[in-house]
Amino acid sequence: MSRSPGRKQENHKISRELFVLTYGALVAQLCKDYEKDEDVNACLDRMGYSIGIRLIDDFLARTAVKKCRSYSETADVIAQIAFKMYLGVTPSVSCSSATRNEFSLILDKNPLVDFVEELPAERASLCYCNILCGVIRGALEMVHLAAEVSFLQDRLKGDAVTEIGITFLRKPEDRKHRRN
Amino acid sequence: MAIFSVYVVNKAGGLIYQLDHYAPRADTEKTFSFPLDLVLRPHDERVVVAFGQRDGIRVGHAVLAINGAEVNGRFTADGKDVLEFLGNPANYPVSIRFGRHRLSSNEKLMLASMFHSLFAIGSQLSPEVGSSGIEMLETDTFKLHCFQTLTGIKFMVLADPRQTGIDTLLRKIYEIYSDFALKNPFYSLEMPIRCELFDQNLKLALEVAEKAGPFGPGS
Repeated sequence: MSRSPGRKQENHKISRELFVLTYGALVAQLCKDYEKDEDVNACLDRMGYSIGIRLIDDFLARTAVKKCRSYSETADVIAQIAFKMYLGVTPSVSCSSATRNEFSLILDKNPLVDFVEELPAERASLCYCNILCGVIRGALEMVHLAAEVSFLQDRLKGDAVTEIGITFLRKPEDRKHRRN
Repeated sequence: MAIFSVYVVNKAGGLIYQLDHYAPRADTEKTFSFPLDLVLRPHDERVVVAFGQRDGIRVGHAVLAINGAEVNGRFTADGKDVLEFLGNPANYPVSIRFGRHRLSSNEKLMLASMFHSLFAIGSQLSPEVGSSGIEMLETDTFKLHCFQTLTGIKFMVLADPRQTGIDTLLRKIYEIYSDFALKNPFYSLEMPIRCELFDQNLKLALEVAEKAGPFGPGS
C-alpha cells in the first residue's frame, strides 16, 4: 500500500500481514457477535459498501481513468486497474450473459485468504471475503451504476476457483439520462 | 499571481467547502464635507454608491465604515440609519470607507447552487453526448475553473486570468479531498467539510500552485 510518486510524504508501507490479520480478526469477531452466517455476510457487505463509497474517489483521483463507455469496459477497469492497485492481484474477466450485463471476476490469488485453510463446519455458508462485494457495489453506485455483486464460487467452500459475479442492473439506454 | 478562492460543491448542488485565499481589498477611506457629492442609495441590505464615481470610489461600492466604526448593513454602529446620518450637516466632516462588500456565507451558498444549475444546463445544451460541462468561465478580472469528478463532486477555483496550472491544481485538490475528507471516518459524505488537515493541505497546494506560474515576462 504505497502512495503514487510525486507526493511529499515518505512511502508509508504497512505490512500485508497486519492487514490480513486485521481482516481475519474482524471476521472472527463478527462470527462471535452473530449466530447466523447470513447476518455476518450482510454485515461484511455493509462495511464494504461504506468503504467502497469513499474508495471510489481515491481510485479516480489517483488513476484519472476516463468515464467507461460500456459495462465490459467497467469490468475491465475494476479487474485490471482497481484490484491491481489495492490488492495487488489481477483477476480475469469473463462475460457470462447474452445481455452483456453480467460479468465474472475470477481470482486465482486472494491475499485476504492466504492464511485461511477452510471454513469451520458450523460456518459453511460464510462468505469470508464478502467485504469485497460491498466495496465493488458501493464504488459502482457512486458512479451511478447500480449492480449486484456476490460470490459465485469460493475456494474456501471447496470450489475450484474464487469467482465474483457483477450484475449491472440498469439498462444501457437509461445511463444517458443520468449524466450530471 | 493569485488564486482568489476555492469552492467545493456536492452532488446536490450544495456548497460543502469554501476558502477565500486572497481577496484584493480595494477599500478607500476619505473625509467628506457637506454636501456629499456622491449619490448613495440603499440596495439589498447595504448602502451603495449609485453615481459620482471618483478617486477610487466606484459605482457599486458599499459603505463599509463611518468614522472608523463598521456599519451594520444600512445602520451605523450605534444604530442610526446611514442615509439619515449622512443627510444631516451637523455630522460633517465625516470619514467614510467605501469598498466592495464581501459575500456572506448565505450568498456563497446561493451562488454555488446557481452555478450547479448552470453547469447542468451547460452539459445538456452540448451538441455532443457526454460533455464535460462548464470547464472555464472567463471574465476580464478572473477565470473560474471547474472540474466535475465522475462521482458528481465539483471543484471550482477562481484565479487571476494569467494564472496557469489550474488543471493540475484541480486534480490535486481532488486528491486532497479523497485523502483528508473521505478517509476521515467521522466525515459524512455530502456534508460540509470541517477537517483541519484538509484546510492545511489545501492551503499548501494553493501556495505551491501560485509560486509555480505563470512563466513569462514580468511575472
